[in-house]
Amino acid sequence: MTNNPATGVLDRDGLSALIEVLAAQGRTVIGPTVRDGAIVLAEIGSADDLPFGWGSEVEAGRYRLVPRADGAVFAHTAGPQSWKTFLHPQREKLWSAERTPDGALSVTEDDPEQTSYAFLGVRPCDLRAITIQDRVLAGGRYPDRGYRERRTGAFLIAAECTEPGATCFCVSMGGGPAVDGSGFDLALTEVLDQGGHRFLVRVGSEAGRDALDGVPHAPADAETEYAARAAVDAARDRMGRAMPPVDLRTLMGESLEADRWDDVAARCLTCGNCTMVCPTCFCTTTEEVTDLTGDHAERWLRWDSCFDVAFSHLHGGPVRASARSRYRQWLTHKLSTWYEQFGSSGCVGCGRCVTWCPVGIDITEEAAALHDERAGRLRHEKQKETQR
Amino acid sequence: MSVPTLAVFKLASCDGCQLTLLDCEDELLTLAGEVRIAHFLEASSAVTPGPYDLALVEGSVTTPADAERVREIRAQSRHLVTIGACATAGGIQALRNFADVEEFTRAVYARPDYIDVLATSTPVSDHVDVDFELRGCPIDRKQLLEVITAYLAGRKPDIPDHSVCFACKRRGTVCVTVAHGTPCLGPVTHAGCGAICPAYGRGCYGCFGPSGSPNLRALIPLLHRDGMDDRAVERLLRTFNAPAFDKEVRS
Ligand code: SF4
Ligand code: SF4
Ligand code: SF4
Ligand code: SF4
Repeated sequence: MTNNPATGVLDRDGLSALIEVLAAQGRTVIGPTVRDGAIVLAEIGSADDLPFGWGSEVEAGRYRLVPRADGAVFAHTAGPQSWKTFLHPQREKLWSAERTPDGALSVTEDDPEQTSYAFLGVRPCDLRAITIQDRVLAGGRYPDRGYRERRTGAFLIAAECTEPGATCFCVSMGGGPAVDGSGFDLALTEVLDQGGHRFLVRVGSEAGRDALDGVPHAPADAETEYAARAAVDAARDRMGRAMPPVDLRTLMGESLEADRWDDVAARCLTCGNCTMVCPTCFCTTTEEVTDLTGDHAERWLRWDSCFDVAFSHLHGGPVRASARSRYRQWLTHKLSTWYEQFGSSGCVGCGRCVTWCPVGIDITEEAAALHDERAGRLRHEKQKETQR
Repeated sequence: MSVPTLAVFKLASCDGCQLTLLDCEDELLTLAGEVRIAHFLEASSAVTPGPYDLALVEGSVTTPADAERVREIRAQSRHLVTIGACATAGGIQALRNFADVEEFTRAVYARPDYIDVLATSTPVSDHVDVDFELRGCPIDRKQLLEVITAYLAGRKPDIPDHSVCFACKRRGTVCVTVAHGTPCLGPVTHAGCGAICPAYGRGCYGCFGPSGSPNLRALIPLLHRDGMDDRAVERLLRTFNAPAFDKEVRS
């Protein structure tokens, strides 16, 4: 809330105009919209597509779309998709190869013109998730070209969080409901009070300033700024969940043989939903496609998950055949080994994996149980030590 | 190199899976150029004798005659692929495995002594070695083409055995269990259909049988929570792949 000066206030018409301006720039505007009993992310034609008057009630393994009397548009928590659906799509062609009648092979790298996106309503947790995927997919020695192009071309409109859900725990992952720092073009904060339904706008980039200049808006007033800050500050204290306040890397490292993995493995369906909904999970497998003649071949990327037995298939069989080892891979990667690989946690506390797990397995509860088990173990060892 | 021969056989089944081959309209001509269709009664009564390079077998083994026949088919086929829930799991007719077949024949037929059936309906792999099993009731057209194409290219078919949920999420469907409390077998069912049912707001019926690592015991309490009693759960699991799911319940 603090680093960028507030620069304007939009009303619903202003929001509509903003969508028009971005579409007129040739962008595909993606935002929240109601579909099939949930608020999903999809292409938005106008502000009418946004979920005005809809919210969500979530619990572990449960999501319900609920009407909101206040008409709020950004007062809902994470649906089953994240922005990775667009930046890191579930299936993408890498190259194709042709064999000519004389037997010569030609390989063509797939290099389509990438969609220029505008994302409307990116939560602070999801902004952090995008930054994490940037490091994974666009950084390093072998950046993913398609991702990088889509990412550089994307216009990000953040929406600060004023209504955390029961499965949210971003604060305990070092984040929070406020958008601070950089990494966005515009940041909105929804305000609903006697002053009306409006959005405080902050500018985060040149492109953001240009877009805002193109739409009717009022200058930021102290009242709106105060109300916005108060709503976001209140959200910070209303997180539905929290990670145990311990060093998670050490906890995971010292829990590899814990009994808790058996307990969670008995409940886990190994269905892969958690990794698919997670905004930072990036794993893919390659798909080799040939046609019946064998003269045309293609290589595609498609989302994969460490819950797939084939994911760890090496010569002779899978390395992680048991559910225990697969759940452990997911949790230890998210909370611990991600640091070694990419220098941060792999979890931003968005709560999606908790909400969208059909059996409601809760990453914070599992971490807490592992912590309790380790604490018990350490107590026991200490007792033995003193008895000697 | 001579063109490989393709043969399609049927045991106890509804013919729907082999129909999938005829349903490959756009690819049929190309396929006819890449293989010689030597035995496919649904398409042509002209039959060439074996051996065959690639045999697709539909249907389950329900009679002593079928058990004998499937051994003959195996002996004549270099590469044998079973297609569909009947051939890979016993099919809907495997419901008899949980009942008394003699009692059925007495109740249904005027002359039960004319009926010569086995007490169980079993997958082809219970009788002979099978090179690949393609699941589904019916099988998926694209997957069938993938199996044939992979065979022609001499590679492994890309038929993942993870859950339907993978496909459901890739497709961007809102989970019917989490968002609506609708019972769904997706988390324990083998992918392959492209998660059609949840995309239309229905739970998965398990047409493709158990996934590569199903945890039915963890799912059943959820089916109960969403309004199914024991009988309803049993019925849900006992459709096209009853013996396969039954084995998982017992494991
Ligand atoms: S934790 Fe939940 S969502 Fe993840 S694989 Fe297990 S059952 Fe599926
Ligand atoms: S692990 Fe779960 S809470 Fe953490 S970022 Fe992924 S989906 Fe969100
Ligand atoms: S948790 Fe699993 S699916 Fe997610 S990034 Fe790690 S290995 Fe990949
Ligand atoms: S609707 Fe069914 S198949 Fe789809 S994610 Fe939910 S449980 Fe899995």
